[in-house]
Parts: sequence; structure tokens; C-alpha cells
Amino acid sequence: MSTSPGAVLSRLASIVGASHVTEDASSVQAYSIDGVAPVSAVRPGSIAEAAEVVKFAAAERLALVASGARTKLAMGLPPREYDLALDLSRLDRISAYDPGDLTLSVEAGIPLSKIASALAQHAQFLPLAVPFENSATIGGTIASGIDSPLRQFFGTARDFVLGMEFITGDGSLAKSGGRVVKNVTGYDLHKLMIGAMGSLGVIAQVHFRTFPAPRSRRAFLASFDRSKQAWTLRQSIADSPLRPLTLDILSPGVAQLFGSNSAAKRAPEPYNPKMLADRRWTLTSGFAGNAKALDRYAADLRRMAEHAGAAEIATFGEEGIPGAFGRKREFIPIALEASPATVVLKVSALPSRMNQVLSAAEKAAASRGIDWAAIIRGVGVAYAALLPKDRGAESLKAVLAATDEILAATAAAVGNATIPWCPAEWKSRLKIWGLDRAEFAQMKKLKAFFDPAGVFSPGRFMGGI
Amino acid sequence: MDPRLIHELRKLAGDEYVLHAPEDLLLYEYDGSVEIARPNCVVFPQTAEDVAAIVRLANRFDTPLVGRGAGTGLSGGALARQGGILVVFSRMNRILEIDAENQRARVQPGVVNSDLSAAVAHLGLHFAPDPSSQKACTIGGNVSENSGGPHTLAYGVTTNHVYALEVVLPSGEFIRLGSAALDPPGYDLTGLFVGSEGTFGLVTEITVKLTRLPESVKTLLAIYDAVDDATETVVEITARGITPAACEMLDGWTLRAVEDYVHAGFPRDSAAVLLIEVDGLRETAEAAAIDVADVCRAHHAREVRVARDAAERDLLWKGRKNAFGAVGRLSTTYYVQDGVIPRTKLPATLRRIAEIGKKNGFAIGNIFHAGDGNLHPIILFDARDESQFRRVVATADEIIGFCIEMGGSITGEHGVGMEKDRLMPLLFSETDLRLMSGVRDIFNPRALLNPGKIFPTAKGCGEVHVNPLPVSGAIPA
Repeated sequence: MSTSPGAVLSRLASIVGASHVTEDASSVQAYSIDGVAPVSAVRPGSIAEAAEVVKFAAAERLALVASGARTKLAMGLPPREYDLALDLSRLDRISAYDPGDLTLSVEAGIPLSKIASALAQHAQFLPLAVPFENSATIGGTIASGIDSPLRQFFGTARDFVLGMEFITGDGSLAKSGGRVVKNVTGYDLHKLMIGAMGSLGVIAQVHFRTFPAPRSRRAFLASFDRSKQAWTLRQSIADSPLRPLTLDILSPGVAQLFGSNSAAKRAPEPYNPKMLADRRWTLTSGFAGNAKALDRYAADLRRMAEHAGAAEIATFGEEGIPGAFGRKREFIPIALEASPATVVLKVSALPSRMNQVLSAAEKAAASRGIDWAAIIRGVGVAYAALLPKDRGAESLKAVLAATDEILAATAAAVGNATIPWCPAEWKSRLKIWGLDRAEFAQMKKLKAFFDPAGVFSPGRFMGGI
Repeated sequence: MDPRLIHELRKLAGDEYVLHAPEDLLLYEYDGSVEIARPNCVVFPQTAEDVAAIVRLANRFDTPLVGRGAGTGLSGGALARQGGILVVFSRMNRILEIDAENQRARVQPGVVNSDLSAAVAHLGLHFAPDPSSQKACTIGGNVSENSGGPHTLAYGVTTNHVYALEVVLPSGEFIRLGSAALDPPGYDLTGLFVGSEGTFGLVTEITVKLTRLPESVKTLLAIYDAVDDATETVVEITARGITPAACEMLDGWTLRAVEDYVHAGFPRDSAAVLLIEVDGLRETAEAAAIDVADVCRAHHAREVRVARDAAERDLLWKGRKNAFGAVGRLSTTYYVQDGVIPRTKLPATLRRIAEIGKKNGFAIGNIFHAGDGNLHPIILFDARDESQFRRVVATADEIIGFCIEMGGSITGEHGVGMEKDRLMPLLFSETDLRLMSGVRDIFNPRALLNPGKIFPTAKGCGEVHVNPLPVSGAIPA
């Protein structure tokens, strides 16, 4: 930083107004990442102001991290430098919503809840049932690349983001894609922004395709003594004409997590703790449709589950869904509160190899006496939480060995694994971004191009870019 | 072209797989668009290593190169605008792996779109993107153009169906993007690459998603006496929260041309027909078909027919997918656009297109993906008449201008290529374009690969080439 802090403050104040910038120690503390607080925090009131702040930061080489509700700042590596918190929470407007076209444009800082209530008025929704749903903003949801149980049917953000406006490393406002549901004009630069954790640009506005909200839903649950049986059922469903909205497999440890007080706090929807058996693997699936279709789903799923050797089978109507669904959605925050040193791995593999990977994860944890729980999407993405007793040296040693083993097992199954969450002080020891990737050289070039001054979240993304 | 380069290419690919005689090159100077550009030679690699070796040669001889599948593209994406080597992938047409359990396939770029679906049909699977040219177009071309098709309304376009790519960069190095497993960590290079119109690299292998065939399919033909009633139906179907698998519209002019050629059963005296398909579970599809028919009738459809069996359904689709062939019987040259508008603007836009046509003295036919607002106005013209061509371009530009005014886009599935490059500034700022061309330069720094595409050049539209040959072979999506 070449300019004196006082000068930074007054320049930022001239852009956003004095009441929207602070260097007060207790205020900036709220923006800390892995214990590092920024020097200043600034809250632009418009996209133009945000771009102006970035332009200034680039000129002054101020490292900045954009944030919304700050629910996922613990993901990724610690920032190498952190001068400026760019708080986008004032960019919370719906810029355009055309229910008849099923399209929506929103500013990055808008809370998901505000989007949901606007869409609900027209019986529509965005299939982003992501963790931290109560407070998370759309910008953070997209930038973190976090997924949702609804991906089984609707895919992920990359499948329904139509376009974006974003601020590049020199402070210019750029766009790609558009507001129509079908469009191949120009490169899909916005796809790069999804999951980039703000390392390539500051997401300013996102254009979405919205969806008609499913009218009537039911949920199905089958529990098994062995994980392999749950995967047999998953395969039967995949091979059938059924197209459920969600399909997740829960490891035995999940029952205890979902019954916890923190789970009730995170997902206050009514939940029956007897729903999950704590020694079994459980496949849960939600589906929607007309009455005939719902009956068909229930009957077919039951038959397939029996065939797979289910110990217990249950179907729930609308009233039984919210509790379990809410907890599935909030699995990560629930797990983060379940141990003083929770480590969450994200593992993906071909569905047929997922059981092998999860068996390795179970062995890696159990053999070291680490409690663990995992939620595994039927499409082949798992979040596995290791729950050590403390942050002590012994725990670290055990976690280090366990995660290395899981990463190796995933690689052997031609999958991908990263460690999106772990205690800050362990980040330098664990392979947060997984094993090296061949395309990393191209990614580095893109980073250098989009952010030539290196001001966007330096050090936090893959390979420390 | 340097004879030493020809010699090297022949040494590499074999004499019979290198074309350079002018009469051989004629076939490769056009695609499905009205553009034309002749390569200096054509080479047919057999392996990914061949492709890399060709790229290295292009570097050594500082010669541009362009990838090409079946040449069915509609924006000049696979034309050698600045000459050079055309790399045609028709020999790399092997399906390398079918993984039914995980619903994935690994294919070479020259695999024909419908061949993949045919190869996995016995497993109850298909490759969902279905451009109208699917019996000829290749998956490599689909990846480059991010191709759509009628059923992308419910199933998504190509980018939603690609997991991983193997690519030869213009430097000659191989890279692998993405992974067969979901959510590869890092930036979404696969998502960036799909739809880059052959300007980032030459794709040598593709891992795609296979989609389960629906248990039940209902295909409806709704017949209207007024175009407005048909477009209002589309608006209402969307508003009611019904997502058909496909929702296509043909106006009276187009359906008569089609009927005379295909005999699909479109009534010649109607003003418009909607071809609507719903699918899914038996229980779902049946109910949706009833809902859709209700909406059609509420908007004054004179008749709603439901295809009774696969043969009837195929006939209706044959009418839709051969529409451009039918138009080609009326005129050897026509200009097809690919503008997109928000669906609610459909009635107003079709009225405006009719006005624009009338004002400029052209009959404009409309056949398009109504469900997602992707228009394909067809303007017939006589290519021998240079002034008429100029007026066609002006008319087309007026239509595109209106689409943009409505909040739309200049191309929904055909690509920008060398046809719409001059229109890019209508949608994108200098900053946007600078950023996009900068990203291209990361992969393709010397613009050796597919030069002169996507980005506007100084060239005015008066210099756009007129195709002296019939383009009736064009079968746009």
C-alpha cells in the first residue's frame, strides 16, 4: 500500500459517502478472514460505486475481498494481504423480474430470502437451496460455487445463470451472456466467475432463469445396514424413468448431527429426530408432480428399496419434508458447529465409484478415532465432515493422515477432492485445494489477465492465486 | 500455400487425406450459412496426435488453421476466413467409451450427433442436444458452437451436457479440461471453452452426459387461424409453469412450404401451427398434454391433434426438421436469422417482423423455437442481385435491432462466426469485447486458430460475400 491509511479513508468516503466506510477496529473485525482483519471496510451503494472502489484499489494496489453476508469467508486459503473489505450488502436490488419470461436479474448483495419471497409471489423459485440460507447473498452463493440438494434435477448455477455483470481487476464493468434463456453470443465469461471466490472479478449483477415452484411434493426415505445397498438403490433410480428433485445418501453419523441443538437452530423447520437411524445409511429423495405421479414415485421407490434390501422405508407428505430438507441443506454449517475443529472435504467421483471413495473416507476417519458424517449427492458429490475432538497437535496429525488418504482414494477413483473448510491454523498443513491439476497453468493465466494488479482475494484460490 | 507444408501434411496424414486442388477445395468453401471462404488445403487427421502435429506444422509455416466437423454450421464458424488449413474431423468419429451406469460417453469430435444417440438407444439413453442438422452435424461442432435444438427448451444446450474435453491448443500442446466427475476444482474452463466457436483450441475428445429417454412422450399439433393466437399460447404455457420438452412454431408461409415437400399433415390454409412436446413419466406427460391442449384451445386453436404413435410423431418432427430443406425448394438463397427475445415479447416481435418485411418488400417466413424465444426468420432473396442482397442484410439488421430493443440477443444457437461479428457492438461494450478477445489471446495468442471470427473487424457489410451457390442444403436447428 503506497497511500497512507488516512488518505485511503477519505478517498473511499468520497466514492461511497463517509457513513459507508470505516477503519474502526471493532467494525473491520467483522470482516476478518482466518483471523486477519482488513484495514478498511467499504459499502458501495451502487454498482458504479463498487467499480470506482475497485479502480481505486487497483491503482493503489489494495488487496480486497468482496463479501455479502460473510457466511462463507472461511472457505479457501487465508488472504495473503487484506487491505479492504468490499461489502456488497447494499447492492440488494432486484433489477428486473419478468415472471412471464421466467427471468430474473439481481444485484450481488441481495439476500436469497429476498429473492425467494419475490419469486414466491409468482409461484416461482431459484433452485439454490444452499447452506446459510437464512442470511446468504446471491453473490456469495455464486462466487463460492456451493451446490444444493436440488442439483439432482436442476443442476448447479452454471446451468441456470444466463449472464452476469462483473467488475474486472482494473475497475471496469464488463458483462457476458444476457437476460434471455437461450444465447450463444460471445464467450461465457460468467461461467468463470462461478466458484472463482472473487479471484477473477467482483460479481455485480446476475441474470437467472427461474423455475415454476413444484406444487406438491413428497419425500422418500430408505435406510440400509450397508452403504453398498444404498448405492444399489441409487443406481436403480438412475436406471428408471423417475426424475426426483433430490437424491442424497446420508452416512450413519448424520443422524446425530441432525438431532443436535445447532441443527435445530440452523434449520428450525419441524423435524422428527426418529427419522434417521443412527447406525444406518439412509437414502432420501424428494419428488414432485400430480397426485398420480406422486403415487407412482412412492410405489416405485418402495419396490426398488425393498429389492435393494432396505431395513426401513418411509414416505412423507408435505408436512414431513421441511425438517429433513432444511437439515440436508444446512449440513455444512451444522457440521461446522459439531466440533471445535471440523474439517469438511468436498469429494466428487463417478456415482459408480462413490461408494468406494466413501468407504475409504470412513476407514480413514474411523481408524484414527475421528467421528465423521457425510452427505452424498446421488449425482456423485459428497461433503464429508471429519469431527476431531479438539484442535490439538494429535488431532491435526490424525486429520492430516486421514485427509491425505481420502485425497489419494479419490484420485485413484478418478475423482476430485478439496477441503473447503477446516480450522484456520490448519490451512497451511492441509491440501485445501486438493491435488495439482493439469489445467492450473491456464487458470493462472486467466487470473493474471482478469486481475493484473493482483488485488482480488490474493492467495485464497487454488494454488494460492 | 507453401508446397513444403502440403508435402509435410501428406507425409503426416497420407496423400489421400490432404486436399489442395482447387476443385477439391470448392466443397469446403461454404457451410450452412451464406458466407464463403476458401481454405488453401484440407486435411483429415485420424488421431489426436495427428491434430497436434498439424497444429505444430501450422505454427512452423505460420499458416492459419480452422477446425471443421460436418460443415453444417450457420455462421461461418468452420470456414477458413483467412485461408490456410482446414482440419476436418470426419475420420475421428469413434465412440471411445459408453458408461451406461454413470450416463456418460467419451467420443471423438467427428462423431455424428444422432449416431451417439442411436448407439445408446438400446440402453434407454440419448445425447439430449438435438440440432435439426443432427443426422449430419458432429459433436465436436456442437461443442464449438454450443449448439441447441428443439428439445433444449427442457434439456438445455450443449454446454449443459459436456463434462470434460481434451484439446490441442494453438501452441500444439494438449490440455484436459474438466473431469468426468462433477465439480472439478478451479475455474470452469470447460464452461468457458464450450461455445468458443473454435477460437481457443481444437477439441480431440469429449466426455458428454447421456440422458435417460423419457418413459412417455406426447406430441401435439395445434392449428391456428391467426399468428397472434399461436404466440399468445406460447406466452401462456410459460406463464402457467408448464415446461414442454419442445415448443416449435411454423407460420403459414413456412408450413405451406413444408407441407408441399414433406406432407407432414400441416393444414395449408392455417396461419400458424405449434408443435409442442411434453414428456416424462406416463402420469406426468399425460396430464401435461391435457393442460397444453387446454391452453391451445383457450387461445382459439382451431384444432389440437395428438400424435397417436411414434410414426405420427416422427412425421410431425420430420416436417419441422426438414423445414429449411423445404424452403430451399422455393429459393436457392435465403437468409436465416437466429435472434432471441424474451418469450413474452413474441406476439409483438412477430408483428414487427411482418411489418419490416412488408416495408422492405420481402416475404419473411418464421419457423422457430417459440418456447425459448429463439426466432429464425427466413428471408428469401436472389443472390445474383447484389442490391437485393444488400437490402436483405439491412432487413435482417432491422429485425435484430428490434430483438435487442426487446432485451434479446443476436444469436441463440447458430453462433457469431463471420456472419454476426459486425453486430457484436450492438450487445457488447468495448470493454466487454476487449475482455473477450483478451481471453481468446490467452489460448490463441497469435490468432493462428480460426482467425477473423466473432470480433468485429473494420470491414463494412457492403463487402459481405454473396454465395453464388444454392444453400438449400442448409438445415438449421
